[in-house]
Amino acid sequence: MNYNWDWRVFFKPTGIGNEIYLDWFVTGLGWTIALALSAWVIALLLGSLLGVMRTLPGRYAARIAGAYVELFRNVPLLVQLFVWYFIVPDWLPEPLEDWFKQDLHPAISAFISVTICLGLFTAARVCEQVRTGIQALPRGQAMAAYALGLSLPQVYRQVLLPQAFRIIIPPLTSEFLNVFKNSSVASLIGLMELLAQTKQTAEFTANLFEAFTLATLIYFTLNMGLMLFMRWVEKRVRVPGLIALGGK
Amino acid sequence: MDFSPIVPALPSLWEGMLLTLKLLAFSVIGGVALGTVLALARLSSNKVLSLLAGFYVNYFRSIPLLLVITWFYFVVPFIIGWITGTNQPIGAFTSCLVAFMMFEAAYYCEIVRAGIQAISRGQVNAAYALGMTYGQTMRLIILPQAFRKMTPLLLQQSIILFQDTSLVYAVGLMDFLNSARSQGDITGNLHEFLLFAGLIYFIISFGASTLVKRLQKRLTV
Repeated sequence: MNYNWDWRVFFKPTGIGNEIYLDWFVTGLGWTIALALSAWVIALLLGSLLGVMRTLPGRYAARIAGAYVELFRNVPLLVQLFVWYFIVPDWLPEPLEDWFKQDLHPAISAFISVTICLGLFTAARVCEQVRTGIQALPRGQAMAAYALGLSLPQVYRQVLLPQAFRIIIPPLTSEFLNVFKNSSVASLIGLMELLAQTKQTAEFTANLFEAFTLATLIYFTLNMGLMLFMRWVEKRVRVPGLIALGGK
Repeated sequence: MDFSPIVPALPSLWEGMLLTLKLLAFSVIGGVALGTVLALARLSSNKVLSLLAGFYVNYFRSIPLLLVITWFYFVVPFIIGWITGTNQPIGAFTSCLVAFMMFEAAYYCEIVRAGIQAISRGQVNAAYALGMTYGQTMRLIILPQAFRKMTPLLLQQSIILFQDTSLVYAVGLMDFLNSARSQGDITGNLHEFLLFAGLIYFIISFGASTLVKRLQKRLTV
C-alpha cells in the first residue's frame, strides 16, 4: 500500500469556512476539556457525598451508597451513555423533553448527556477513594473530635475530610485523568470532541497516520501535564507526619 | 415497556455475547502474556529495556482505549500490508483484538510488576545459589508465586476489560451491546434492548467480582 506522508496537512484549509484542519483539533480539545471539567465537578461533589455516606454510623446511608457504587461500576460506560442519551430524555416530562430534543442544539444535548453520564460514572469511583481516605485515618481522630463536642457534620467537615482529601490526591488524580480519557466516548454519540475531530480529519484528508499521531500527542501531553501538576499540588498540601498513609 | 421482542432476538444476542467472550478471552491471554514480558523488561537490569518498557506502559496508560481501537482499525491493515506486501483487509475483529492486547498489556504489566516485587529478594538469591539461570528462576520460582498472589487483581482487571469490550461498537463489530442495539433498532424497542443489555452486563460483572472478592479472601492468609 502506498501512503503519502504530509505533516503540513494540519495547515491546509478544510474547505468549510476559513478553517484549517488544526482548528478542528483545537475545537475538539475545547470540547474534551469542557466535558472532563464539568463531569469532574459532578463526580467530585457526588462522589464525596457518597464516600461520606459509606462511612456514616447509620446502616441505610452506607447501603444506599454501596448499591450506587456497585450499579455504576458494573455496567459498561457505553451502556450508561446510551441510557442517558437514548432513554432518559424520553422519560422526561413533556415540556422538558421537547426542550431537550428540539430546542437545544444537538451538540449541547449530547454534551449534557455525556456530562451527566461521566459525572455519575466517575462519582462511584471517587466515592470509593473518599471512603478509603476516611478509613485510612486513625480512628482516634474522629473520637477526639467527638470528645471535643463537635457534631457529626463538624467532625467530617473540620477533621476527617480535610485530611482524607489530602491523602487521596494520587488516586483522585488518576480518576481525574480517566475522565479526560473516558470523555472520548462522546464521539460515539456525535459530539465533535477531540477523537471525533481526529476521525473526521483522517477521513477528509486520508492522512490518517498524521491525524492520529497528533491526537495521541495531545492526549499524552495533557495527561503528563496534569499528572505533573497534581504531583506538585500533592507535595504542597501533604499532611505532615502522614506520609506513610499516602498513596493507597 | 415491552420486553417480549427480546425472546425471539435471543439467538442473535447470544451470537453477540459469544463474540464478546471470544474477544475477552483472547485479549486476556495475549494481554497477560505481553504484560508479563513487559514487566520482566521493566524490572530488568538492562537500562534501555527497562526504559522502553516504562515508556510503553506510560504511553498506553495516558491515551483513551477508544483512541487506540480507532487508531488500530485504520492503521493495522496498513502495517500488515507493508510487512506482508499484500493488500488484503484484516477485518475489525483482528484489529480490535490487537488493540485490546496491546492496551491491556500496559495495565497487566503494572499488576505483574507489583506481584513480582512483592516476592522476597531471598527467593531470587536462593534460586541463583542453586545454580539456576535467570530464565529458570523466573519460570520455576518467581512467576508461579507472583501469579498466585496477583490472580485476584488480574481477574479484576479482566472484569474491567469485559466491560470495555463494548467499545468495539466504535468500529461496528457486532458484540453483545451492538447486537442488542441493532436488534432494538430493528424491532423498535431500543429502550428495552439497551436496558436488557445493561442488566446482563451488570449480572456478569457483579457476579464475577463477587466471586473474585471471595477468592481474594481465601487466598489471603
